[in-house]
Amino acid sequence: MGKANQPNPPRRRKRTTTTTDVSDTTDVLGTPGAADVTDDEPHVARAAPPSASRRAAAATPRLRALEARSEWREDEDLPPLEGVNHESMGPRRRVRRRNGRADGEDLAAGLGWFSLALGIAQIAAPGGMARMIGVRNTGRSRAIMRAIGVRELAAGVGLLSQARTSDWALARAAGDVMDLTLLGSALGNEGGRRRRTAAATAAVLGVAALDLFAGKQLGREEATTGRRARPRGIRVQRSITVNRSPEEVYAFWRDFENLPRFMRHLESVRDLGDGRSRWKARAPAGATVVWEAELVDDRPNELIAWRSVEGSDVWNTGAVRFRPAPGGRGTEVHVNIRYYPPGGVITSRLAMLFREEPGQQVQDDLRHFKQVMETGEIVLSDATVERGSHPAQPTEERDVNEEVDS
Amino acid sequence: MKATCWMGKQHLEVRDVPDPRILNERDALLRVTSTAICGSDLHLFNGFIPSMERGDVLGHEFMGEVLEVGRNVKNLKPGDRVVVPFPIACGNCSACQAEMFSLCENSNPNAWMAEKAWGHSPAGIFGYSHMLGGFAGGQAEYVRVPFADVGPLKVPDEVTDEQALFLSDIFPTGYQAAEMCDIRPGDTVAVWGAGPVGQFAIASAFMLGAERVIAVDRFPYRLRMAKDQTNAETLNYEEVDSVQEALKEMTGGRGPDRCIDAVGMEAHAPGVRHVYDRARQMMRLETDRPIALREAIMACRNGGTVSVVGAYGGFIDKFPMGAVMNRSLTIRSGQCHVQRYMRPLLERIMSGEIDPSFVITHRLPLADAARGYEMFLNKEDNCEKVVLTA
Repeated sequence: MGKANQPNPPRRRKRTTTTTDVSDTTDVLGTPGAADVTDDEPHVARAAPPSASRRAAAATPRLRALEARSEWREDEDLPPLEGVNHESMGPRRRVRRRNGRADGEDLAAGLGWFSLALGIAQIAAPGGMARMIGVRNTGRSRAIMRAIGVRELAAGVGLLSQARTSDWALARAAGDVMDLTLLGSALGNEGGRRRRTAAATAAVLGVAALDLFAGKQLGREEATTGRRARPRGIRVQRSITVNRSPEEVYAFWRDFENLPRFMRHLESVRDLGDGRSRWKARAPAGATVVWEAELVDDRPNELIAWRSVEGSDVWNTGAVRFRPAPGGRGTEVHVNIRYYPPGGVITSRLAMLFREEPGQQVQDDLRHFKQVMETGEIVLSDATVERGSHPAQPTEERDVNEEVDS
Repeated sequence: MKATCWMGKQHLEVRDVPDPRILNERDALLRVTSTAICGSDLHLFNGFIPSMERGDVLGHEFMGEVLEVGRNVKNLKPGDRVVVPFPIACGNCSACQAEMFSLCENSNPNAWMAEKAWGHSPAGIFGYSHMLGGFAGGQAEYVRVPFADVGPLKVPDEVTDEQALFLSDIFPTGYQAAEMCDIRPGDTVAVWGAGPVGQFAIASAFMLGAERVIAVDRFPYRLRMAKDQTNAETLNYEEVDSVQEALKEMTGGRGPDRCIDAVGMEAHAPGVRHVYDRARQMMRLETDRPIALREAIMACRNGGTVSVVGAYGGFIDKFPMGAVMNRSLTIRSGQCHVQRYMRPLLERIMSGEIDPSFVITHRLPLADAARGYEMFLNKEDNCEKVVLTA
């Protein structure tokens, strides 16, 4: 059976055509009858109600392009997005190749060896390294130096292993941010040699620029060469078990105006009728993002699937599945979301450093959902009444409820 | 109000902080009448529990008078006198419905932190670090009690504060330690640590039918208390070459049928073993010193049970898994599901079967909390249990 006899076949369709055995596990995943899919029918359509499948069918060329990029292969639950134009997700440039290797790879290898050498020096001679950057040679500075050395070794090994290199380069960039913070505090310290520390800071800034460049370059190369079958949007899958029946859990979730009660970043959801809703959410740095979503699948007590419509600030698509947990353990809630953050993937990865990691957010929201379903409200402690670090002691009275509920 | 605040490693201050208020509809506010310092508070004091912040209010053993209740608390009213269990539990989740209250799935708002350290999160606990919720504790004049419709137990007038207070933690904890042993007739139970939890574990082991109970400690006054108050045999580990050999000798070579670790992560041992674990702990190669636990496992008879209620926080080194596997040992453990035991144990107190106040050696005003911690930590003046009153 042939890859060859299908011109430019979408990736997942390739699977169904090359696989005659219906027990193929990749297609059994929650999609009965996947083998029946015909070539002119977009794959989500079989799950979607008639109106949605018509809409999906209308978007065929772009949809095909999207599927061809292999992004939806494992996302059987997820409705595809209309209006996502991959050209606009970032410039696609031809990758200049020399001796079969792309620029980013050479740079990554260089950075990898640099990391290894630096790491070994930092672990073997932390005192000397501390003096070199003008920091006093104390037990604490040596301990920090060794810890940084371990991190450098890990980054070096990661970069040289050639697996997911762009991530490692970005991890190095994140490490640079940490180093800059430490150097910044060292500059403020008495007893250090500031000129050396300033020189070290300048050096780290230079390396950070290289790391970022390598990360972006590699990311682009991996995307264009398909070396890395990973989409550029952010995909989150999380689940929780709620001690309530699927009927109760579904009904609460299906009333979208309830969602801000447990989703921290949502400001409001307005049901516009006809399966459409308008969402308003807080983005990092005080911004607000707005989008309109349409329901593409709605199976009572089982599944709700949605996607953003064209013109949204955040392209996103998602599905939440409700399954009875075995032995009367309540309902398993499985959330599967993909979105393209306004600031792009790199911003989002940097945000992870500050615990705004999307998977964690979704997990927190699910936990709050469980609390609301089981206990009636989100459970607060003295330290978590307000955002941010706060000691576990009562706070002065203020209207925190608004802050927390919304 | 005045509250005992953790200000850093081995640094406490009783400071003025804002009064607590109702945050959730199932909250109650209490005026604290009695509160105690727990052995596990010493782990916080010594900086062995991660995720503490300067200013955290401590205390998870307390009782008091209800001042105010939230909209959804129907079973309590202002003026009620209650004792409060240390794990915070919602009563609605699967864990609570299985009476595993210290595993409540909803009461830790910082569950993500506990998940990073332990895989899954247990219940929130009053005054016990941010990874267990960031709840202000009860070593204070006032305290907020979440899920007040589930946890607090009303105390009848004829039961004094000193008799009821330990229903909040150490009496049920000792009782659960003994219960997890599945004691059979004729069993000999060895209890490592004759601190307050150890004392209640000994008393409970007898309640549950143990033939003999052996207390293992190094402080003569604690062993004396175990002998006089709870009728245990005693073994001072500093006076013998090997606890394991001594226990064999005391049990006809079999070893104790059931072993209880009521010591936890800051165990001591004479000589090089202590130095070894202390050094690894300092180097962050292990977080907890499992000296008592290793000893309990090695001493336990073939097919016996090791019940662990001493507090552990992280990772241990040289865990004798070979002994556990090859000798069919059962290890059971857990933070106490206090809510499960409060009522039946209150009945035992009311019937006169036990008066838990026997462990109290020191009574101090709340303002002297820091002094109380020092005394308890350094075992000054034969200190066994400190009760603070507001």
